[in-house]
Amino acid sequence: MISNPPILQVRDLVKKFGAVVAANDINVDISKGEIVGIIGANGAGKTCFVNMVTGYLPPTAGSIKFEGEELVGLETRKITHAGISRSFQVSQVFHSMTVGENLMIALAIANNRALDALSLMDTPELRSKLDNVLNRYKLNAQKDTTVSALAQGVRKLLDIAMAVVSKPRILLLDEPTSGISVEEKFDFMDIVMGALKEDGVTVLFVEHDMEIVARYVSRVLAFYQGEIIADMPPKKALADKKVQEFVIGKEHHKKKK
Amino acid sequence: MFNDKTSKFLLVAGLLLILGGAFAPNWIVNQFMFGFSRALAILGLMVLWRTGLVSFGHAFYFGLGAYAVAILDIKLGVTDVFLRLIAGALVAGTAGFLVGFIMRNYRNIFFAMLNTAISMVLFGIVVKTEALGSTDGFAISMSTILGVSPETKYPLFVIITLVGMVAAILVNYYLKTTFGKLTTAIRDNEIRVEYLGFSVAHAIHLKYSISAILAGGAGALMAMSLGQVDPESMINWTVSGELVFITILSGPGNVIAPFIGSLVFEVLRTYAFELAPQAWQLIMGATFLTIIFFIPGGIWSVLEKIGGKKNDK
Ligand SMILES: Nc1ncnc2c1ncn2[C@@H]1O[C@H](COP(=O)(O)OP(=O)(O)OP(=O)(O)O)[C@@H](O)[C@H]1O
Ligand SMILES: [Mg+2]
Repeated sequence: MISNPPILQVRDLVKKFGAVVAANDINVDISKGEIVGIIGANGAGKTCFVNMVTGYLPPTAGSIKFEGEELVGLETRKITHAGISRSFQVSQVFHSMTVGENLMIALAIANNRALDALSLMDTPELRSKLDNVLNRYKLNAQKDTTVSALAQGVRKLLDIAMAVVSKPRILLLDEPTSGISVEEKFDFMDIVMGALKEDGVTVLFVEHDMEIVARYVSRVLAFYQGEIIADMPPKKALADKKVQEFVIGKEHHKKKK
Repeated sequence: MFNDKTSKFLLVAGLLLILGGAFAPNWIVNQFMFGFSRALAILGLMVLWRTGLVSFGHAFYFGLGAYAVAILDIKLGVTDVFLRLIAGALVAGTAGFLVGFIMRNYRNIFFAMLNTAISMVLFGIVVKTEALGSTDGFAISMSTILGVSPETKYPLFVIITLVGMVAAILVNYYLKTTFGKLTTAIRDNEIRVEYLGFSVAHAIHLKYSISAILAGGAGALMAMSLGQVDPESMINWTVSGELVFITILSGPGNVIAPFIGSLVFEVLRTYAFELAPQAWQLIMGATFLTIIFFIPGGIWSVLEKIGGKKNDK
């Protein structure tokens, strides 16, 4: 692992919103193929971190390098082109369209980005790619259902499926299982992680559910007030005193309220 | 590529209308010329509307197209129908492309009113400038076709119908391309479009330019049909309002809709005016309310219901 150059290299990353410090000097290296869990209480700066890596928010200071190339200053779509994609805490899909149409648009953009966009979207080639994605993400039955009529979990699946059709090398998932019932969570993550492992994608995912973290990740980053207070394997992290106090403790506290 | 139902229908309907027009009385041919000229602009507004954008200022481009014809006529004696059409579309298209750099950053009411603002500036300039005809405008000489001066208006009707047909087929094709499919997608969720790797600003800029070209072409055809231009009937904000009215009346469902909607508008206005010269706006307003409340999908949605579920959009 040490011999591999990092695929993502974050240095001295700072983000301030007035007096609020959402990222306070974050330094971290991610290696190719790692599955990393990002944990932390509400407002710890997790989404903010994802937003900065994907160019949605400009950092106040610092550098983010992907395969050696600086990402800070690039627009989100340029970062997508470079090979980084994400899903959203609240699914961002085309709500008046069907699942099939959503994915067709995602596939069409991923497959022709230049002036090719002036050729017909609905081609046999794209249709077969669509079938492939529908199969892998078990969305076949919902292909012709409009998004606004979908259950939360299916919407989340679609959100992730749309993020991966561009074949990213890094995928950031922001709370993939939020809003999904306890019984469905593991099935859901099995579908997602199964599809991603096949492609060898490096995954960072934000998660509040420690059972999910323990089961799927190889490394945990614990955020607290814009800082990474622990960076270690999941077993160790979940037993760590600081993590228990500042992350898990607060989680339990929050749930009781 | 063009072998879908909509394109075939346009082709057949266009040719039938051209045939029928040869036997139709003058006033009917006139209604069709005005209706189809305007329909070109509606086609462009429909593309914007599907993207979630409504412009309350497209009389700017409509007027530019019309005045391009007038100025070319007076200053250079250009009378050829194709040169006039191309000039109108080109002037408006160029303006639309330049203004598009600003418009692509605005949405909703800001987009709508910013367009009104530029059209009001043009209106003011024309009204105040003697060289541009001021409030009176200009009479325009009869259009010639490849050097021949036609005896009647029928040849112009044929050309307007053909231009409308070709424009509708092209826009129909555009709406099926990746660029074109990014209409509803942009309306639904811009963030997702950007994250998929596509520039929303570029997509909107292209749509806006297309709408400007079409509105300019519409203005040029209207100027030729009427044989005159003046700021009140070409650039005023009420003209923009009419265009939006017809867009909603037509419905966004299909590129055929603007042609039907524009015709209905012409007929409606003519009869409303004859029935109640003092209160024709009342009839138009009531129609508008009825549409918004009872058939938000416009005339097209009614036709679709009557025709059953068909037509690939
Ligand atoms: N656009 C913004 N403007 C101002 N403050 C912001 C903005 N975005 C985030 N913040 C603040 O930055 C801090 C980190 O927010 P962030 O959304 O990253 O938290 P999070 O760890 O994702 O929390 P959650 O678990 O609730 O999603 C919070 O204090 C938040 O209020
Ligand atoms: Mg968050």
